Amino acid sequence: MNSIILLSVLGLGNLFLGFRRSNRLLLPVMMLILGGVLTVNFLDWGSTQSFFNGMLTIDNFSVAFTGIVLLTALVLVPFSQKYVLDGESNLAEYYSLLLFSLVGAIMLVSYNHLLMLFLGIEILSVAMYVLAGSDKRNLRSNEAALKYFLMGAFFTGVLLFGLALVYGATGTFVLSEISFAVQNPAPGFESLKPMLYIGMLLMLIGIGFKVSAAPFHFWTPDVYEGTPTFFAAFMSTIVKTAGFAAFLKLLVQAFPAANAQGIWLPTLTAMCVLTLLIGNVGAVAQTSIKRMLAYSSISHAGYLLIALVAYNGQLEGASANGILFYSLAYSVATVAAFGVVKLVADARQREDYNGLNGLAKTNPLLAFSLTVSMLSLAGIPLTGGFFGKFFVFSAAVENGYIGLVVFAVVMSMVSIYYYLRPIIAMYMRDTDATTAEAVPVTTFQAGALLLLAALTVLLGILPGLVAGAL
Amino acid sequence: MLTVLLLLWPVAAALLLHFFKGRAARVPALGAALVEFALAAYAALTFNANNSGQFSFNLNWIPSAGIHFAVGMDGLSLLLVLLTAVLVPVILLSAFRRNFENESVFYALVLFMQTGLVGVFTAQDAFLFYFMWEVALIPIYFLAGVWGGVNRARVTFKFFLYTIIGSLFMLAGFVYLYFQTGPTADGLSAHNSALASFYALNLPADTQMWVFWLIFAAFAVKMPIFPFHTWQPDTYTEAPAPATMLLSGIMLKMGIYGCMRWLLPVVPMGVDYWQNLILILAIIGIIYGAIIAIRQQDVKRLIAYSSLSHVGLMIAGVFSLTQMGLQGASIQMLAHGVNVVGMFFIADAIERRTGTRNIADLGGLTRKAPVLTVCFLVLLLGTVALPLTNGFVGEFLLLGGVYQFNHWMGAVAGVTIILGAVYLLRMFQRVMLGPDSSFTETFTDLTGSELALLVPLIVLVFWIGLFPNTFLHLSEGSVMNILNEVVKR
Repeated sequence: MNSIILLSVLGLGNLFLGFRRSNRLLLPVMMLILGGVLTVNFLDWGSTQSFFNGMLTIDNFSVAFTGIVLLTALVLVPFSQKYVLDGESNLAEYYSLLLFSLVGAIMLVSYNHLLMLFLGIEILSVAMYVLAGSDKRNLRSNEAALKYFLMGAFFTGVLLFGLALVYGATGTFVLSEISFAVQNPAPGFESLKPMLYIGMLLMLIGIGFKVSAAPFHFWTPDVYEGTPTFFAAFMSTIVKTAGFAAFLKLLVQAFPAANAQGIWLPTLTAMCVLTLLIGNVGAVAQTSIKRMLAYSSISHAGYLLIALVAYNGQLEGASANGILFYSLAYSVATVAAFGVVKLVADARQREDYNGLNGLAKTNPLLAFSLTVSMLSLAGIPLTGGFFGKFFVFSAAVENGYIGLVVFAVVMSMVSIYYYLRPIIAMYMRDTDATTAEAVPVTTFQAGALLLLAALTVLLGILPGLVAGAL
Repeated sequence: MLTVLLLLWPVAAALLLHFFKGRAARVPALGAALVEFALAAYAALTFNANNSGQFSFNLNWIPSAGIHFAVGMDGLSLLLVLLTAVLVPVILLSAFRRNFENESVFYALVLFMQTGLVGVFTAQDAFLFYFMWEVALIPIYFLAGVWGGVNRARVTFKFFLYTIIGSLFMLAGFVYLYFQTGPTADGLSAHNSALASFYALNLPADTQMWVFWLIFAAFAVKMPIFPFHTWQPDTYTEAPAPATMLLSGIMLKMGIYGCMRWLLPVVPMGVDYWQNLILILAIIGIIYGAIIAIRQQDVKRLIAYSSLSHVGLMIAGVFSLTQMGLQGASIQMLAHGVNVVGMFFIADAIERRTGTRNIADLGGLTRKAPVLTVCFLVLLLGTVALPLTNGFVGEFLLLGGVYQFNHWMGAVAGVTIILGAVYLLRMFQRVMLGPDSSFTETFTDLTGSELALLVPLIVLVFWIGLFPNTFLHLSEGSVMNILNEVVKR
């Protein structure tokens, strides 16, 4: 709770920094704010508190996911430089919007009441709509923002509709009470059942859109491509982590009953298979790294969906831990990938694979960092991504979803193909005229990349630090 | 604890190597490899061949999943750790002959890979084994991919995909087996992945039949067994010489070792069911590799195919499930490692001097380079399995094992010796004897340091050939243990 208050207040304070036109100060201040809130967040570890008449619950689950979200934001902020800092007069507003959207993300991981879910999603999304279009003079950015906004608004409507139907059927917005109402049907509940089921499905669709699960993923590649890379990284990490935490909470706390599972489990399984297929096969065909990363983020939504399918009825245990570890490993690797891609794209003005040619010679640090991140996303041992997949897959095998895991393993074999392509370009191809010069990297960025690589390897060697935390 | 030291020292040295740039990294890299050799030698001297697992170390790695960082050595592990410790300094020395870009990174990767290799040979936990298996893959991918020949990107890509897909199947098999095991002693996890628990599983025969293929997929690609070998000749040819030596000298032993430790005792009924098929594939590999080797014009490719043929015999020996066969495979892993590294080094020495590996372009080296000729001949005869050399002991035992299993298969597999003599002596004749060519006119003999590198290998050729018991004695206990596990069910 402290983190929500702090972020809101400091976000407002940040706006005032903008009045002073002290752009130089903003980045260190942002990092200080995020680092401070991250520390404060972990003070809540081990206690369970309720706020606003039980609408928000802060427990280990929410603290852990808030930690991931804030950490991701902290290491991501250094990459805002160059794009945002150069000649941008409304810099403070962007940073404040970022902080506000983090408030939405934190609400998403700690809600206990469907209204808070809706509010969280909206706070997160509205900020993202603006940020997607923040490159005002770029048509692609405008297109991305419009697309994201129209689609997002539509699916928010779907979610709200579903929420209303669930309320109509159960008479409550509180997660545990919904679960109670479904498990102990009141007289006359039978006739309301279709309403509940449709409501559940519509909610699945609404959240599925936010985490870009197929078949509601269509916006992802286009929006990521047009959105400034910095904010695309934000979408594919923080929005996804918070979205999946919210998803898990919804399924575990509101719809654990067998008669509800009968509806969402097959739907979710089908979405999972489709997401894995579209994400991985789609990524193979891309020529732009940014679009590849967009499809890769779809495919990782698929792996996370496996953990949801295999959930065991609690906010702890194999499934929840799997999502926690996977989100962390995925976020860390993805931030590094987007960070390097952004730096290279800014300097070389190209986003295709060949733009990376010979990067190992001109910028060994960038090449190393992107390599670690690609290996992690591909799930190769020695990186966090391997243990992420390992935990998610074993949670699924434990619950008997062997077929699903086999399919996912085959899909991750496919993924090795497109994750190796940047590595091949960087290490095995020579530089040409456009790629001969070193890409400029600031100290903050180099530090962030080193930290991310170290984190990825640390998670890959000592997974016990995070695994089993919940 | 000694095993942990053997594991951590190379990777620590690899990290420290970043403080040296370029040529300055040579001495520390070699020094680190020699320290590792000293550690391995110390382990061998203090090893008690009558006991099974020694130098064990067990750390609760991921308590919530029952995965342990458990390492230890029995005779078989020790043999392969020794092989690694002997060959890595030799391979590093051979790398000094060439001026690679970013030398320090190159040596760091070699040392890093050594950690992976030692880890594979000493792991006592399935997931640690898999982990180390991939740790060994990543450095070799970069070694071959960054410093390799013209087609390196395409070829190493194929290599990487093949091996990683194979090992993902193995991982799937391990995960399946993991869920069949019981809880850990501390009760934190419902399952565990210790080697001993895998041995204790009593799976139904029809389950073992398909689990066999999951696990075997990784080993089949790595060894490689026909028809999973298509990555091999290209990769051996395109990779720089030191990487080829690592691949052929040590890495392919990971597959054979894996079969002995992680396949035969874990799914014995599956092995029993598929035994004939694997033996037939292995024998096809023997003949196929040898016949293609006869037709090769490129020295490196010829050695690559010869390696395929020899590995086929080792696989056949392992799957004969006889003591002779397994013992033969153990000692042949050493012998083959020594011979093939020596042969690749000589091929590289010739290429450095003449700029070609094409047999037709070479000739008459005997007169210009008598020392090189002698070294080459010794290694070649070792590969051909002439009595008194290392190849003889291994191939004799291997053929004996296969013969015990099935006379006809033994007879067909025996062709390997004849065909081996054909292609190797043919190559020797064309490269070393005959008239000079324009490429070999200014050929110079081995330098002192090159000779220094070959001498230990040649000593080993005769040592293993004359006193095989030094090594057979070490592996005997482990081989018996493995066979007992297989026969028990």
